[in-house]
Amino acid sequence: MSSVLVLALTGAGLILLGLHALIVKVHLLRKILALNIISSGIFLLLAGLAARTPGGEPDPVPQAMVLTGIVVAVAATALALALLLALRSATGRTRLDDDNGQ
Amino acid sequence: MLASLSVVLLLAGAAFFLGGSVGMLRFPDVYTRLHALTKADNLGLGLVVLGLMLQAESLAAVGKLFVIWLLLLAASATASQLVASWAQENGFAPWRG
Amino acid sequence: MAWLTGLPLAVDLVLGTTLLWLAWRALSSPDLFQAVALFIAFGVILGLVWARLDTIDIALAEIALGAGVTGALLLAALSQLQPAEVDARAAPSATGANEHQAGQPGQTAETADADEAQHKPAVFRALLAAVMGLLLLAALFGLGLVTWQLWEPSSGLTQQVNTHLPESGVEHPVTAVLLNFRGYDTLLEIAVLLLALIGVWSLATASNLGDTTPEPVLAALSRLLAPLMILVAAYLVWVGAHAPGGAFQAGSVLGAAGVLLRLSGWRLPAGAAGWPLRLVLALGVAVFAFIGIAVIGLGEPLLGYPTAWAKHAILVIELAATLSIGAILASLFIGGRP
Repeated sequence: MSSVLVLALTGAGLILLGLHALIVKVHLLRKILALNIISSGIFLLLAGLAARTPGGEPDPVPQAMVLTGIVVAVAATALALALLLALRSATGRTRLDDDNGQ
Repeated sequence: MLASLSVVLLLAGAAFFLGGSVGMLRFPDVYTRLHALTKADNLGLGLVVLGLMLQAESLAAVGKLFVIWLLLLAASATASQLVASWAQENGFAPWRG
Repeated sequence: MAWLTGLPLAVDLVLGTTLLWLAWRALSSPDLFQAVALFIAFGVILGLVWARLDTIDIALAEIALGAGVTGALLLAALSQLQPAEVDARAAPSATGANEHQAGQPGQTAETADADEAQHKPAVFRALLAAVMGLLLLAALFGLGLVTWQLWEPSSGLTQQVNTHLPESGVEHPVTAVLLNFRGYDTLLEIAVLLLALIGVWSLATASNLGDTTPEPVLAALSRLLAPLMILVAAYLVWVGAHAPGGAFQAGSVLGAAGVLLRLSGWRLPAGAAGWPLRLVLALGVAVFAFIGIAVIGLGEPLLGYPTAWAKHAILVIELAATLSIGAILASLFIGGRP
């Protein structure tokens, strides 16, 4: 139980770290990394919920949700990166600060 | 007996990993770092795999562990060759101490 | 050996701390290449955490996707974003050259990432910091509530899944949830993958297709690994019926094989890039939806396979889904419409 709690708390920490970076960082690639770290944190929390079963065998439903989530996260990352490259070839910008661009 | 031999092998493997990691951080150039990393890790993983084989439940598990080691040997040899030849082409001179 | 009882907790503490440290460094290190490398390490450690949590299905997917394919995607995008910087790395003396160009507009500004809007008025920045602080506090509170509930044991849906497992057609609970009990999720998820690929295809066209041969070392390795990965994928689909494994893990391995082939210099033959590729891409959704709808004709609800046929239906769907997921992931990596 305590092991699971440690890892679930790690998940919570990852969400906070990612959320902070998502807001503060201006480079879009960094924001994509932040989103991925947030989703990893959410997956860890979900796995913590799955591990509450008294028998020891983790609950399969959250496991299936995390599995689905990982695949969707990869697809979303690929789309986000493609959007970033398209934005760069259209405007020359890769950052979201106001006066860097023209 | 078998269990303690397994523990000794696992610890020896861990020692090799530690040595390889220290070498990667401390050695002076790309080539020596590659040497530390691949040599120590290949041997370290070999020892870990050997230690785990002694604890394996079936012959099939022993076979799978062995295949894992072979795959890692092939992958790390290729990766280090690629890194080294890239470094050479791009003018990283070997360290002469 | 009483001191050994604390060892698992110690391992988890080390893993958790390492994860947080890697995440923090990946999000704050000034060099983007370093950030991506740290993120890949993060994915590998996360895979170990999944193994510690006894969720082997997720560990398999995390290593192949979270660390493998995502890392490859990020590195590929980075090398397109910063050709100048990649060249600069070739010169041994250029280390640290990106740091002092931080914040300048144009090509060099992209390499270094001197974030945080430092040029805003002080009042504005203070206000921003206050709002951020409040937001993060609220998030902390909510997450604290969630983790607090982890103290209370709860069997969740384990009971229901185990009771209905014999009707599902497979013996592994996670596969039963994915392919039978929550088939909706999985069907829609493969559709989401396909949508993401359509999005990527509408943004760019793939460059340098056509037949080429890579350099000898890479050719040798990929000739060894690619067939083996296909074998592993087939094994994972089959074993998923009664042990960790299944369409997602197998598809991830297939996709990783595609990425490996592409990275070693193989190209999709021009003849396969047209309708054969599109057929494989759509196969998963098509077969899944067809079987899901066809069972209505047998008097069952949508996606409710009859128990007698469930095993075969799931196997057919999984095979199609594996091929499609693998092809979609590899096409996402190629990153444009062929």
